[in-house]
Amino acid sequence: MRHRTTICLSILVLLLLGALGVGLSLGAVPIGLDEIVALIFGRSGDPTQMLILGQVRLPRLLLAALVGGALGLCGAVMQGLFRNPLADPYLLGIAGGATAGAALTIALRWEIYWGAVPLGAFLGGLFAVTLVYRLGQTRWAKLDNYALILAGVALAALFSAVTSFLLYYYGGAGQDLRRLIFWILGGLGGAQWLYVGLLALVLFAVGALLVLFSRELNALSLGEEMAAHLGIQPRRLRRALLTAVTLLTASAVAVAGTIGFVGLVVPHILRLIVGPDHRLLLPASALGGAVLLTLCDTVARSFLPPTELPVGIITALLGAPFFLWLLHWRAARRAPGVSL
Amino acid sequence: MNSIKLEKISLGYDSRLVLRDLSLEIYPNEVFAFLGPNGSGKTTLLRAIAGQLQPSNGVVYLDARRMNEISPKALAREIAALEQEIHSSFDFTVREIVELGRLPHLERWQRLSQQDRARITRALTLTGTLEFADRPVQQLSSGERQRVWLALALAQEPQILLLDEPTAHLDLRYQIEILQLIRRLAQGRLTVILSLHDLNLAARFADRVALLSEGQLLALGTPETVLTPENIERVYQMRVQRIALNGSSLVIVPAPHA
Repeated sequence: MRHRTTICLSILVLLLLGALGVGLSLGAVPIGLDEIVALIFGRSGDPTQMLILGQVRLPRLLLAALVGGALGLCGAVMQGLFRNPLADPYLLGIAGGATAGAALTIALRWEIYWGAVPLGAFLGGLFAVTLVYRLGQTRWAKLDNYALILAGVALAALFSAVTSFLLYYYGGAGQDLRRLIFWILGGLGGAQWLYVGLLALVLFAVGALLVLFSRELNALSLGEEMAAHLGIQPRRLRRALLTAVTLLTASAVAVAGTIGFVGLVVPHILRLIVGPDHRLLLPASALGGAVLLTLCDTVARSFLPPTELPVGIITALLGAPFFLWLLHWRAARRAPGVSL
Repeated sequence: MNSIKLEKISLGYDSRLVLRDLSLEIYPNEVFAFLGPNGSGKTTLLRAIAGQLQPSNGVVYLDARRMNEISPKALAREIAALEQEIHSSFDFTVREIVELGRLPHLERWQRLSQQDRARITRALTLTGTLEFADRPVQQLSSGERQRVWLALALAQEPQILLLDEPTAHLDLRYQIEILQLIRRLAQGRLTVILSLHDLNLAARFADRVALLSEGQLLALGTPETVLTPENIERVYQMRVQRIALNGSSLVIVPAPHA
């Protein structure tokens, strides 16, 4: 077990380093890996390349890795918490809330204040999940999961209506709401070192906390009653984990919009490879999400230069067929072990 | 000490009472079976004894302590309980499942110690699940899986073991096997409280039984004194006969025209 953990995580770290290397090298202006090495060790000092790497590519790549890591990790926790491999970080309406929050800040012309839109998205996401959580409480802990998911679906529709209204009304009044597309499709074009620092802080703090709950997540897979017999208080556990996941997801959404599919596909694939034990699955999903989003963003930047595609399109374009192939391949190989 | 005392407890969900004013005591290290028709309150009662359902009236005692004053984690070190239907949502191996039994003994940041691992191996050995410890639990037969859940409960090192119909969905051989195993485990070290449907199995494996009917305790005592044709007819509205076979008595339902 200890060996397997070390091996799996080492492979994922190497993949991440590889993905970062490729990402640094590729782009509108390709820079060879040898040149990058030379730059790092100060043996070459081409100022243009320095600028491209240090101020454009590196923060963007690191942000991609951090956002991907956050989404992968949060997806794994949500799937464990809801005992459903189709859960993802946006299950409780955080995406809709964040988009509505961003739309509102733009519509109110608060865009001119620095950081207002990410903050609006962050608060919108928190607000949505809080609302879903309040409305999804039932008398019976056992029913909470269903009630939460239903409340999430209902409120996602509501927030989507709010966003559409803002688009329609203020867009009709001549306001430029194109920036909103960024939140809906997701993208890493707004990367800054400050975002990298903030998200790294949140990811590592919340991530460390979440990993501490791995065994309890394992126990939860036997059902809330069995978890309770093992001394766990399922409701308290759920509240703690949802709070952590919401903070982390909202932070990721604030800087990169609602990038789909990473939080769903990555934990699912990794569970097939490393197994369902959350002690390994959580860190592996974080690393896997980082690898996937780094690669997807590199494709997004270099596919149609100098245009740049929203990365959410790439994650869905690559993720969906791969996911389907995987399901098909698994179904063909053996009877479905994990209920879908 | 590992006894349970129910003092005039009433149990229910919302305003609907399932059990009314029930008092009984379960002694240390006995095998105690709750019997009764579907809906007579067996599962509800087990949930209360597990500390998962607060009585609306009355008190549940674990030894001399009030159950509701013990923290959930401390309680899980003394009482292990298995639900009637247990499913693992993800494809864990047997060993990963049984490891969860150590949860009540560990802090979040603690790794499994050498001692914890020894306890896990012991639980696997006792239940005969060691040989498939590294196989996914979803691939096992229902008889094997039932033994895995039992190993999980044993890894908790409880004083009291609660089992809700441990023989449900098992074929005849596995029913006997699992009850023999439970009986052997109890052997003066463990109080076992279980619910059963099969009266003859209860008579064979339990020290004492309680017969429940519509939320009330109808009879309590040794199987011999409780499982009389009169009591059974009152509870199940079925005519039965008691026959002697090789020194033990069996309850059978004769065909209508025999």
